[in-house]
Amino acid sequence: MIEVRWHGRGGQGAVTSVEMLALAAIEEGKFAQGFPSFGPERRGAPVTAFNRVDDHQIKLRSGIYNPDVVVVLDESLISLVNVTEGLKPDGVLIVNTTRSAKELAKLLNYSGKIATVDALGIARQELGVPITNTTMLGALIKVTNVVKLDSVKGPIEHRFGRIAQKNMNALQRAHKEVKLNYK
Amino acid sequence: MSKRIGMEVAIAAAEAAALCRFDVAAVYPITPQSHVAEHLSDIVADGRIDAEFITVESEHSALSSAIGAAGTGARVVTATSSQGLMYMHEVLPIASAMRLPIVMIIANRAVSGPLNIWNDHTDIMHERDTGWISLFAQNGQEVVDMTIQAFKIGEHRDVMLPVNVNMDGFQLTHMVEPILMPEQEEVDKFLPAYKPYAMVHPDTPVSMGTLAMPEFYAEALKAKDMAMAASRKIIAQVWKDWEKQFGRKYEPIEAHRAEDAEVLMLTMGSMGETAEIAINELRKHGVKAGLLKLKLWRPFPFEELKKLTKNAKVLVVTDRAVSFGGPGGPVCGEVKAALYDEPNRPKIVNYLIGLGGRDLTISDFVDMMKRAAEATKKMPAEAYEYYGVRE
Repeated sequence: MIEVRWHGRGGQGAVTSVEMLALAAIEEGKFAQGFPSFGPERRGAPVTAFNRVDDHQIKLRSGIYNPDVVVVLDESLISLVNVTEGLKPDGVLIVNTTRSAKELAKLLNYSGKIATVDALGIARQELGVPITNTTMLGALIKVTNVVKLDSVKGPIEHRFGRIAQKNMNALQRAHKEVKLNYK
Repeated sequence: MSKRIGMEVAIAAAEAAALCRFDVAAVYPITPQSHVAEHLSDIVADGRIDAEFITVESEHSALSSAIGAAGTGARVVTATSSQGLMYMHEVLPIASAMRLPIVMIIANRAVSGPLNIWNDHTDIMHERDTGWISLFAQNGQEVVDMTIQAFKIGEHRDVMLPVNVNMDGFQLTHMVEPILMPEQEEVDKFLPAYKPYAMVHPDTPVSMGTLAMPEFYAEALKAKDMAMAASRKIIAQVWKDWEKQFGRKYEPIEAHRAEDAEVLMLTMGSMGETAEIAINELRKHGVKAGLLKLKLWRPFPFEELKKLTKNAKVLVVTDRAVSFGGPGGPVCGEVKAALYDEPNRPKIVNYLIGLGGRDLTISDFVDMMKRAAEATKKMPAEAYEYYGVRE
């Protein structure tokens, strides 16, 4: 089982990301959960959302405390929230940033694996808005292979309708451009 | 064939109601709600089924409108949660007294004081004695299945009672997970069109919701209780029909590794799935642990509970609600009443857990099971314990 924690801000679509990933995994015949951090949400406030993906039925319904992957949609969160909290030693941190993995490692005092992608830049170019959820989903898929790239197409088309293609373009670019500067 | 889809459970509940071709949905959208309300509204607005969506000004009015609609012979669904259910409270026993098989989908949540919108079972416990049949789902699939089953159970001529389907707020309502969604033809085959016993119509005049003088009030209550008792057989039959057609088995209490268990745990709702993992871990370590998942809260399955607990030494009852100044949690009170006359009843340990959204992990359940075995050595123990709660 792979467990993912997403960090974003209210309105940035972290919950949509977990939904897209869960739907893609389920479409592949896998089992998945996608859920928000339970409770009220405010636009702009730090939020978390979660995924579990497995080949077997998932019965675990507690919170996720030791994720395999942490995705950070908004770089400004790293000074506010302990984004590496509980991340498994062999886990991976994926950050939307223009900084290098080395720089981040120092900033976060974190010695685990880090992947970086300029999702903000990609989203601005491809979508025309600084919303990085689908972009970061592309990065996550590349880094983890948790689902096939094709599998998210259906859910994204269903969710985004006429702007689905733009989201797919952003997602595919992040898939290509994410830097796997593993330590 | 059912279709395997990924869907948020609250939305899936509304989809299940749509498969039952409800005629009327009367729902108030806040304080707090789940996506059930807005999705029922979408289904009607999109013209997917021939139904009316009544926008009301409160939950009290939502259930009142549901009663009015059901009185005309309509198949009616409503949904609420927490404070909303409490606001409906006054109307719940009226729906059951009028013998109207309304189905209510409840996102179980804590009630205010202090303000809290997270999951526990406090809201439904306040409605225990209102004469509604209460089903408890442990996952999204069961929410869908039970919503469909609820109409068939409630509408049966031997029952004619409203039914509520309970799903844990957030833990289930906000969860995207895989669900086998039945096809329309399958549901049509399972659930025939609703044929009301009586309805308010100019051609069939009838009085509903009348006054009962002291000479008749008690008879009316007894009739309701007899219908509730009669529903046991119908529920069993409907679940059998369901298993036959859809292959998924339902029982008032689902047992997991309980046959030879010395220490049993009883859960209700979604926590049963996490508890199941804990039981499996304990078994790996040689502990004879087992699990009972209560799916039918009203009518309470006394006989099934007696049978399933007769060989156990210890029974750990978990409660997600508090009965202040009472004998323990509300589930444990029922369990103790059920087993009082049994010659070989297990020792009972009661934990109040998961209140107001407090998370429950595998190790919590393992810990409770281990501690319960210890606790029984120094009986009489405390009646109940707030598990993991600060002094």
